[in-house]
Formats: sequence, C-alpha cells, structure tokens
Amino acid sequence: MNSGIRRVGLIMIGLFVALIAQLTYLQVARSSQLASAPGNARRIGSRDRGPIVSADGVVLASSVHTSDEFRYLRVYPTATAQLFSQIVGYESLNLGATGVEYTYSADLAGKTFKLQAHSLADILATKQVVGTVVLTASTTAQQAAADALAGRTGSIVVLDVQTGGILAAYSNPAYDPNLLVTHNTQKAEFAKNLMLLDPANPLLPHAWGEIYPPGSTFKTVTASIAIQNNIDVNKIFPFVTEIPLPQTNGQTLKNFGGERCGGTLLNSFIVSCNTTFGQVGFDLGDTFASGIQNFGVQTAPPAEPRSGIYPPIVQSTGPDPGTFQHNQPAFMQDAIGQNQVAVTPLQMAMVAEAIATGGVILAPHVVDCVLDPNDDVVSRVPVQQYRRAVDSATAATMTNFMLQVVNDPRGTGTAAQIPGVQVAGKTGTAQTVPGQRPHAWFIAFAPADKPRFAVAVFVDHGGATGGTDEVTGGRVAAPLAKQVLQKLLTTPAPPSRCGDAQPGNTTNGR
Amino acid sequence: MTATVFARNRRRAELSLGLLVVAVTVGGYVLVALANGPKLPPDLYALLAWVFGLYLVAHLAVRRFAPAADATLLPIAAMLNGIGFVTIARLDKTQARTQSLWVAIAIGVFVLTLIVVRDVRIFERYRYTCLFLGILFLMMPVLPKIGQAKFGGRLWVAVGPISFEPSEVAKVLLVAFFAAYLVDKRELLAQGRIHIGRWYLPSLRDLGPLLLAWGASLLVLGYEQDVGTSLLFFGVFAAMLYMTTRRPAYVIGTLILLVVGAIVAYKAFGHVRVRVHNWTNPWSDPLGNGLQPIEGWYSLGTGGVGGTGLGLGQPWRIPNASTDYIFAAIGEELGLVGTIGIVAAFMLFVGSAYRIAIDATRPFTKLFAAGIATIIGLQTFIIIGGVLRVIPLTGITLPFMSYGGSSLVANFALLAILMRISDDAARNKPDTARTRGGP
Repeated sequence: MNSGIRRVGLIMIGLFVALIAQLTYLQVARSSQLASAPGNARRIGSRDRGPIVSADGVVLASSVHTSDEFRYLRVYPTATAQLFSQIVGYESLNLGATGVEYTYSADLAGKTFKLQAHSLADILATKQVVGTVVLTASTTAQQAAADALAGRTGSIVVLDVQTGGILAAYSNPAYDPNLLVTHNTQKAEFAKNLMLLDPANPLLPHAWGEIYPPGSTFKTVTASIAIQNNIDVNKIFPFVTEIPLPQTNGQTLKNFGGERCGGTLLNSFIVSCNTTFGQVGFDLGDTFASGIQNFGVQTAPPAEPRSGIYPPIVQSTGPDPGTFQHNQPAFMQDAIGQNQVAVTPLQMAMVAEAIATGGVILAPHVVDCVLDPNDDVVSRVPVQQYRRAVDSATAATMTNFMLQVVNDPRGTGTAAQIPGVQVAGKTGTAQTVPGQRPHAWFIAFAPADKPRFAVAVFVDHGGATGGTDEVTGGRVAAPLAKQVLQKLLTTPAPPSRCGDAQPGNTTNGR
Repeated sequence: MTATVFARNRRRAELSLGLLVVAVTVGGYVLVALANGPKLPPDLYALLAWVFGLYLVAHLAVRRFAPAADATLLPIAAMLNGIGFVTIARLDKTQARTQSLWVAIAIGVFVLTLIVVRDVRIFERYRYTCLFLGILFLMMPVLPKIGQAKFGGRLWVAVGPISFEPSEVAKVLLVAFFAAYLVDKRELLAQGRIHIGRWYLPSLRDLGPLLLAWGASLLVLGYEQDVGTSLLFFGVFAAMLYMTTRRPAYVIGTLILLVVGAIVAYKAFGHVRVRVHNWTNPWSDPLGNGLQPIEGWYSLGTGGVGGTGLGLGQPWRIPNASTDYIFAAIGEELGLVGTIGIVAAFMLFVGSAYRIAIDATRPFTKLFAAGIATIIGLQTFIIIGGVLRVIPLTGITLPFMSYGGSSLVANFALLAILMRISDDAARNKPDTARTRGGP
C-alpha cells in the first residue's frame, strides 16, 4: 500500500506546484497589469499619498481624509492647480495617472524599499509612511512664465543651468486636475472628455510633448556646428536677398522681409540672415546632420524615469546623416530651422543651456528629491550630463554671438535687454502653413558671464493679436523672455529642502 | 534513546513552535490595528490569553493522550488557523468574534476526539454505522424545516441560531467507512473475480456497497448542488481505491465518471454553468457573476510579491472574502511571500499526514491516514485552485483558515485522528519512528 500512498502523495505535490506556478504568474508576471487594471479600484483610494511640493515650498498636491469608501481624496490647491497641472499630473480613480503623480507614485505612497527602510521606526509607530516629492520647478518661475504668456497659446521653459533642473515648463492652455480625480467617476470622465474635445489639447504638456519648427533660433545650433568644425569666422558671405536652391526648378531661399544681408558669420547671426545660414548648411552637409545629434535632435531624447518628466519627452526631429546627397535644398532650409527640423520648446532651452554651460547639456529633470516624514532626504535625482554639444571654445564664441543679438543695435533680440544684466539670446520666426501667422521664438540665458538660467519662449502662431507681418520672435517672444528672466534674477532663490545644490561635475567647463 | 525521551522531544518541539504561532497570530492582529492608527487594539491581552490558552489546552491534551504523536501537525494547523483568524478579524469584527468561539469548540472537539478515540480501529469496527451516519448528515440539508439554501447551493442546516454544513462532518465518517471497506475487500478488488478476456473485474457483490455509498453521496450532493464537495469525494475515493489496489483502471474509471458527471452537472444546473463561465471568462460579466473572481485576481495582483501590508489593502472588495476567497484576501496583504508560505504550510501538513500513513502499521490505519491526508490536500487544492482560476471555482472552505464552524470542527477532528495514528505508530514501532520522524 505504501507505494500507492507515495504515488498519490507525488500527485498531490504536483497539484500544489501547479498552484505555486499560477500564484507566481498572477503575483509576479501579471501583478502590475492587474494592480493598475482600469476596473481595479485598489489602485488608489484608501491609501494615503505624500504631498508634491514646489522648489519654493508650496504644496501642489496632497491627500485629504474622506468619509467615503476610498478614504483619501487627492487635492490640488486652486492657486497652483492649473499652473502645475502638466508637471504634477493627476492620479484618478478611473482615468489612470500621469505626470509626477505617475512617475513617483510608489514614492508618494511610501512603497519604495528605500523609503520603508529609511523609516522603519515610523512604520512600527504610525499608520503609513508616505514620501514627499520636491520638484525643481518653483511657483515663482511657473507663475512668471504664465504671467508672461498672459493667455497666449505657447510654452515657456526655464532650466537651471547648474543642475539641468526644470525651473518652469509651463504651456497654455492648462487644465484643472481636481476635475479628474473626483471620486464621482462619471463626472471625472465627462471632464476628461471635454478636455479632449478642446482643439488646444490642454492635457498635453506642449513644452516637451509637441514639436514645432524652431525657425532662426536653430541658427544657434547651425552656427555652433560650423564653428566646431572650424569654419573661417572671417569669411564674408555675399550680401544678397536670396540664394538658389539646388536640385529644384529655380526655387530660392529668401531672407526675412526680402532684406539684403550677408557678411561674416557673426554679422549674419546678429541680423539672422537666412541666405548665409542656408549656405552654411549646404557647406556642412552631412556634418550638420551629425552635429545636431550632439544637441539631442534626431536622436533619443532624455528618458530617465526618475526625472519625473511624464509623458516622456518626444523626439525632436531633423535630417539624418548620409541623406545630404539627395536632399540638398532640405538641408539648407533645415539650417535655418525649417523643413525637416521640428523641436520641443524644452529642446530649445537645452540648446541655450549647452552654450551657457560651456558645451554640456545636463539631463533635464523636474523632481529634485524625495523626503521621508521627518524631512530627511531619501533619494535625490543626480545631476548628469545628457550630451556634450560642442567644446568650451565654441561655446565661448557662441556666447559672444548671442550677446550681440541682444546688445547690438542692429540685433533682432534687443527687446530682451535687461538693465545691469548681460543677456545672451537668439530670436526665431518660424514659417508654418502659407497664410498662417508664424511661430515666435526666443531662446536666451543670463547672466551671460555667470549663467544661472536658460530659457526658451515659444508663442504658437505669435499669439492671437497683431497682423501676420508684425509677428517676429524679437517683437513677440523676446520681451516675454526678458520678463521671466527679470523676475527670476530679482527673486532670491529659496533654501532647498533637498539640501545644498549639487555641484554639477560637468558644468562651468570654460 | 528511549521511547519516552523521544516523545518528550516531540512535545517540546510542539510547544516551542506553538509560541511562534502565538507570536505570529497576535503580531498580525496588532499590525492590522496599527494600520488604522497608532493605537494598540483594546482586546489585545484578551486575544493573547485566548490564543495562548487554546494552544496550551490542545498541546497538554496531546501530551497526555498522544505523547509520541507527530510534532509538526498541530503547530501548522494552528498557524494556518491563526493567519485565517487575523484575516477574518481584519474583514469583519462580528465574524471574528463568532470564529473565536468556533476555534474554542474545534479545540474542544480535538481534545474530545483524542480522549474518546483511543484506537482508530473503532471506526473499522463500526464502519456501517459510519456509512449510515455519513449519509444521514449528507441528507440533512434537504430535510424540511432545518435545511437552508445559501449561495447557490443547499448545503446548510440550521438548528436554532447555529447553522452548519453537515457535509463537513459527513466527510470524516465517509472516509472512515471507505478505508474500512476497502481494506476488507482489497484483495478481491485488486485481483477481480470475473474474467473477461485479459481483464479481471471485481464482482458487483464486492464493489456494490462501495458504488452504492458513492452514488448515494454524490446524488445527494448533486441534489444539494454542492459541486465542490462532490468533486472532493470523487477525488478522495478514487485516490483511496488506487492506493488500496494500485490498479490505474480505477483512476481512469473515476475520471470517466467525473467527466460524465461534470457534463451532466453543466447541463442540469444553472449555477454550475455560471461557475464554468466565471472560470473561462469572468470579464464577460464584470459587475455581476464575474465580480468575485475578478476582484480575487485584482487582490492577488495588487498584492504582488510583498503584499500591501496587513490592514493596508482592500480585500473587503471581494464578495465572501472571509470564506471562499480568504486566500485571495491574504494574497493582497501578504503578497506572494504569504501565499507561497501558506501553500508550503499545507504541503508540509499533507506531506506529514502521508508520512504518518506510511509509518502506520495496520492496513486500516494506513489507509485512513492516507485518506485524511488526501481529503485535506484535495480540499485545499480545489478551493485555492478555484480562486486562482486553475480550475472552476466550487465553494468549499479552505481547511483551518476560512470562516465557518463546521469546517473548523471537522478538520480539527481529522487532525486529532491523525495525531492518534501517529502516536500509535511511534509507540508500536519506536525504531522506525525514531529514524523517520522526530522533531
């Protein structure tokens, strides 16, 4: 009988092993899918989440106790709800999550191992450990950006040149996340559907989620590549109104407003001369296509999940290396930021940052650190190099170029001058569809001798007012950059809750 | 080493493992309370005394009445019972109060069984009494006045305020009957009396009472629409037949009967069809019939590897979380770590029971112990497999863990019988027991 018993015992073990296999499948392989399934109300509610705080200490999101079955409601204070909506995001019962609420969900809910290990005593003593997420973005910078745009559709991005931290990434229109997190799921869904119907798409963070032709601001990239590749800076480009495009039936590349311009690269940069830069693009050829990759264009965008940036940064596009031979006119237009080139406002801020830092682009991030309930730092987003765009000598030359754009009386960016502070910048007026108003751009950094802020201003089709001819980057966008920079330069930086600013090991290379 | 030293070592191990059980149970209870605020539960010391006291009573009874019995069975059962209780208390305070009384009654029955059943062969002697009582218990729910229908099955009996599932008691008696009967007839069944070609079949006279009892119990269960218990009996009897005769033909025959039975049940009973649909695709009716299996999966998935932590999940979202779905509720808060721990504990328990069967000296006790091991193992597989959707869900209790008195009482009675058999074997063959078992 014993052998029979053993055999039945073996079969029983087989049955139990089947249970363990299925358990592993459900609780490991399918765990995250089941845990975040739309029908699974456990995703949120009944669990406290820590606050999200701006760099200057303003609470942007917090959980309050409720009497309903979900126990906690996420609240975004009215004053900052719209202002930070696209950075902070939301976590809804039925609509999923986005923004920092999504990328730092585990930290906010106190579910990371680091946070648990950090507060072992609190786990035993209190009910639930939650993390506080501190952003690099400040209300001062976000508000300055929103005030500058003053309702115009567009985006303003400000980067901390020392760390790569995003001080502001605001785009109009924004939305109220409180409408989406209400425990009345039907109301929430209705609100979201309304937002989706809005052609301006407020749910999309346009600052890094949409690409536009950058126009002449992209000449900063073109000039940098040319200098990096040892162009003769004393070379005189012909003074013309237009140059012919090769491989076409007599089409030409024209200067803005039919102007006649040329001269040195510097002179052409100051007055934003299309014909010169079209020629530079042609001369560089495939070198141009590989050069833009060093700036982060037509290559993988920064995608560090701990950066807190969500939805992910979309890729800025441009020509591919090796395609110049069959695509010469496109390259000439690419060199002035048209045709194949389309970038995010964040990307253009990173271009300004590259010049400001002496050639290095730091990995952008919107989260600075996570704090435990005792305000001790649990984890910090490191300052990292994303790419080296150019060497420091090239960056120094380019700084001078950009200073002249603002300081020279002939320059296109004189509207960005700030008394007592040296501002380096570049304007852009990007043609879109014929008959439509162009996009107005301005990129800058300041102070030029000891850079702190890099900024990109983008005004969608130049805003709602003014005639088609009146829209230029210098006229529409430059004053907004000035307004934001002035506000930031005159507001003392608040003490960081994350501790001392981390010295970037790659900054100040010049 | 003498037999008494051996017995004393086993009991010492049982006691120290018991302290661990008490610590885990009370610790779990405290953690659940802390999840709702930094305050210790007011009934902490009462619970501590209750858990410790009950374990001590069971342990002392074993010390007195079955001193050489296996050292691990009682701690494992108590551990499962403790974790089950913590989960029930976390889901429903009222149920927890009732359950704590039932645990006491179950321990009482455990002690009583140890005292009364000094020799398990008493079941062998009174096998037909067992059969009669077993079938009587099975039929109780369909009797007028005391029978009750609940949860798509008529398997409850109410006497005054107390309602219980008589099939749980019946399973003890019927396993005893089958063990006795099979041991008696095993040679006839194994060899067969009728020859048809190369086949040797047992005569109807030998097989008759077996098939009758089997058929009757399944018919009654079919009428009561208790598919889970039917499946359980089918499996246990097939296993016992196989263990006695070692003829795979019985297993094949039973499987054929099972398939036929399953098809008939599918055609005949609406609630069986619902269960099958819930198994294949619960998402077709997510807010109706599919709600329970889907919520069960959500619980397990949300728990992940480490679980949400005791008191921090939302297992109350699963309908009937404290009975059929207690395993999923545990999976949400204790994660894969907890669920695999529980499956491992059941494996250990069932494995120990099979080892006791192998160590047993007499054919009847051997088969009885193996039958008990099989019924507990299979019941565990059927309900956990149902929750995990390895097989269709059939509502039966998870031994030692689920909320419900009759199941608890029956399983502690089975535990007492196992302890008795183990004690017997260790005393009659101390050499074997010393080399094989021991703490």
